[in-house]
Amino acid sequence: MSSKQINSSSQTVEKDDVVVKFAGDSGDGIQLAGTIFSDSVALEGNDIATFPDYPAEIRAPRNTVAGVSGFQVHLGKNNISTSGDEYDVLVAMNPASLKANLKTTKKGATIIVDSDSFTPEALEKAGYKYNPFTDESLSSYNVATAPISSLVGTALSGLSVQAATPKLQSEAQPQDCPEVPLPAAPPAPLDKKTIEKTRNMFALGMIYYIFDKPCEVIEHLIAEKFKKKPALIEINKKVFRAGYDYADTAEIVESRISVPKAKLEKGRYRNITGNTATAWGLLAAAERAGLKLFLGSYPITPATDILVEITKYKSLGAKAFQAEDEIAGICSAIGASYAGALACTSTSGPGLSLKSEALGLAVMAELPLVVVDVQRSGPSTGMPTKSEQSDLNQALYGRNGEAPLVVISASSPANCFYYAYEAAKIALEHMTPVILLTDGSLGNGSQLFRIPKVIDLPSIKPPIVPANSDYKPYKRDENFVRGWAIPGTEGLRHRVGGLEKLDGAGSVSTDPANHELMVSLRRKKIEKIADFIPELKVFSAANTANTDTLVVSWGGTEGTVHTAVEKLHQQGVGVAHAHFNYIMPLPRNTESIFSEYKKIIVFELNDGQFVNYLRGKFQNVPIEGYNRTHGQPFTEKEIIEKLWSM
Amino acid sequence: MVYVERSQEPLTKQDFLSDQMVKWCPGCGDYAVLAAVSNVLPRLGYKKESYVMVSGIGCSSRFPYYVDTYGFHSIHGRANPIATGVKIANPSLSVWVNSGDGDAMAIGGNHFIHVIRRNMDINMLVFNNQIYGLTKGQYSPTSPMGAVTKTSPAGTIEPPFNPGELVMGAQGTFFARVTDTNPKLMADVLYEAVKHDGCSVVEVLTNCVIFNDKAHAAITGKDVKDDAQLILEHGKPMLFGAARNKGIMLVDSKPKVVEIGVDGVTIDDILVHDANTPDVRIHHLLATLKLPDFPVAIGIIRRVAGVTYNSLLENQMNEARAKSPVKCVDDLLNSGDTWAVD
Repeated sequence: MSSKQINSSSQTVEKDDVVVKFAGDSGDGIQLAGTIFSDSVALEGNDIATFPDYPAEIRAPRNTVAGVSGFQVHLGKNNISTSGDEYDVLVAMNPASLKANLKTTKKGATIIVDSDSFTPEALEKAGYKYNPFTDESLSSYNVATAPISSLVGTALSGLSVQAATPKLQSEAQPQDCPEVPLPAAPPAPLDKKTIEKTRNMFALGMIYYIFDKPCEVIEHLIAEKFKKKPALIEINKKVFRAGYDYADTAEIVESRISVPKAKLEKGRYRNITGNTATAWGLLAAAERAGLKLFLGSYPITPATDILVEITKYKSLGAKAFQAEDEIAGICSAIGASYAGALACTSTSGPGLSLKSEALGLAVMAELPLVVVDVQRSGPSTGMPTKSEQSDLNQALYGRNGEAPLVVISASSPANCFYYAYEAAKIALEHMTPVILLTDGSLGNGSQLFRIPKVIDLPSIKPPIVPANSDYKPYKRDENFVRGWAIPGTEGLRHRVGGLEKLDGAGSVSTDPANHELMVSLRRKKIEKIADFIPELKVFSAANTANTDTLVVSWGGTEGTVHTAVEKLHQQGVGVAHAHFNYIMPLPRNTESIFSEYKKIIVFELNDGQFVNYLRGKFQNVPIEGYNRTHGQPFTEKEIIEKLWSM
Repeated sequence: MVYVERSQEPLTKQDFLSDQMVKWCPGCGDYAVLAAVSNVLPRLGYKKESYVMVSGIGCSSRFPYYVDTYGFHSIHGRANPIATGVKIANPSLSVWVNSGDGDAMAIGGNHFIHVIRRNMDINMLVFNNQIYGLTKGQYSPTSPMGAVTKTSPAGTIEPPFNPGELVMGAQGTFFARVTDTNPKLMADVLYEAVKHDGCSVVEVLTNCVIFNDKAHAAITGKDVKDDAQLILEHGKPMLFGAARNKGIMLVDSKPKVVEIGVDGVTIDDILVHDANTPDVRIHHLLATLKLPDFPVAIGIIRRVAGVTYNSLLENQMNEARAKSPVKCVDDLLNSGDTWAVD
């Protein structure tokens, strides 16, 4: 982070990029505060990347380190492609969130804490032997303490429950809110719960003061977020303002931070999460292909939001079916595909396991199908809210028999839109299931999205067979693709299914030679898709040393690896970087690119799945792996250190 | 409500014969179902292309190969969710599920209850031969307690499912039971099942000549059937027996077999079948009548009006189209907070 004093009298420091971390108990409204903050700075013109990180429990035990919910926002004036390694500003709503985040907070950072929450009991639960404010452990930070709970109570003391929702009114228990001065006569004051729930807005107000931004944007966003509970709009706005004013009055920072607007390509922008982008990419593909979207899914963390999102757009003809289980999710999608829809199912690792048999059916029936796997830490239930890239082997191989299919991956929240679109295009045009791998960090993380026009997206032309054609179910075109004969169409009645089919005619066959032929045809169909995908690109720097090393990444780690390589280039280290979004099949030029390097190192968040896949394919090139399975994104720092060590 | 497209010209049984060789064992009860379905398809009057037969795995699941319609022979237990996807994606198709007792009620048990609960507008035929035939003779979830099979050499120690009970428990709107020995009744019931607006379940008591021969002989045997079958007709008294002089009465809410003319019983005392009453208790009672104390109920046991998943979905789709400002994906992409960078 480079910085300079731009105006000493206004005491505002301009910074190219800043990382802000909101942290508190799950239930403290951390995700909401973080989302509003990131939306607001995006609306104000900064580039952003966000990383929500929260426990699997809806309300984990209070004041424990395991129960800390976090929302990280990286904002800047240049291209921001990671959520950042360390924080410039930390909001810690309780001792546990301070404890959990201090090690990744920069020295000299501003830390905002709710001093009311630092009770002996909370300190003990967080594992503090003594109050960190009473020793020297925080001396290298700019700590701004505020009795947030008390201040929120004071800010809301003028407001009555008449402003609150009826539900809150019934829950109001005077004995629960000793901090709130009771008015002499009714109306009754707000209950403790409401006060507790708006602490996040006070912290947000303090942060907003530090960033020297106009409050109107936040107030607009608060109104949007609470539009279904209008009674809460004024309460939240009031607490936000109170936090802002407190920060100003108490002069919590020596200098405020200004992050200049990002230089973005001309166009219209919005903030988008990876899961929303995935859903929208599928909707766009259906529209462009002239088909209706069908999504058959079962709720599973962290993929559920894709299902939730699609259910909102019946007006676009999209049908989302919440199935009784993961198997019914994919099977309903296979049925919808047979019936002529752009059919999809969304899930995470354990769900993909349940879908394995049906995926094999889709391979055998050669029907278009998009399977979105928002990966999480496994095996089994693993760490549901933590991200990992460990479903690659499952995506590639997790079926009985020889069952090749297409595997592609998105690499940023915004490009989930394009890879979902691409998954649909490949599935429809090549009559195959496609697994799109995203992950929890991509799905929940958000980023600026330059809004495209649907007409500018590549065309999608599924091989729909016209009525009364000379049709054979397994007759193939030059790309080994069979025709799609949709029920209801005259003259194309046929049967498909899981039994091996006779080449061409499609009747059931157990002929040995035919099976061998069909196995090879199914493989060739997938291999042929390499002709339709972009070649691998290499990001390298001229006039630098170490140009014999190629850094490889795939999926959601692109931003961090790219940023780390970029920094190495600035340091005069010329390692090259190649990022894979297409896994099966691989880009055609992969081998020729690999042959140009003496050392190849693959960075991935698993125990070595992509590196082993590549080793299996390219045995003449030494390929090394750098693997982490800690449920967290890579840091730029660790990548740079690893590459320096080589 | 979306209607199935009708055929322009009258169709015959020949129009639905496929070119595939039927590979069931000689004497298999499934032949009777194929014959009945082939009779019903032209009678229904829909376009040949409007029919989609979906099956799972098992002997009965070979069914789609043997009728010349659109068909999908899928994987074990999954015919119902696949049929669900077909029907939701294109409600103008007449979607059928061909399934067996193992396929529908063991491996596919979860889907079975949910497709019924949703009242998905599909027609389900459950071929119940109380045995796993294709894997050569293991007990199924409908095998009677104590049945000696390959996997229960000392007799099963599991009580069986009664498919009708599951249908009632899952709030089904149509349940019928037919036998492979009465193809005419089967065809008539299938016709009504397809015309039913909602999920229809027709349990067909089929024989497996190889692994469970005479599975239902106590019900279907020529010499016993008159006394062992209570053939139900809506609005008619529940009479049975060769002389149709026996009937079912309700005494203290319990069924009782009575004889007309004995102990002062007249035809007016006999329970009249009301397939259309929403009250599930009498249908449940009928579905669970069993030998030797009672005849087994055959025919349409329950046929009640109920709103389907598909019509509710289409209503929501139409409403969304009319009300939502998002008419195309460009509208969606530009909805909410967006800003221009020049």
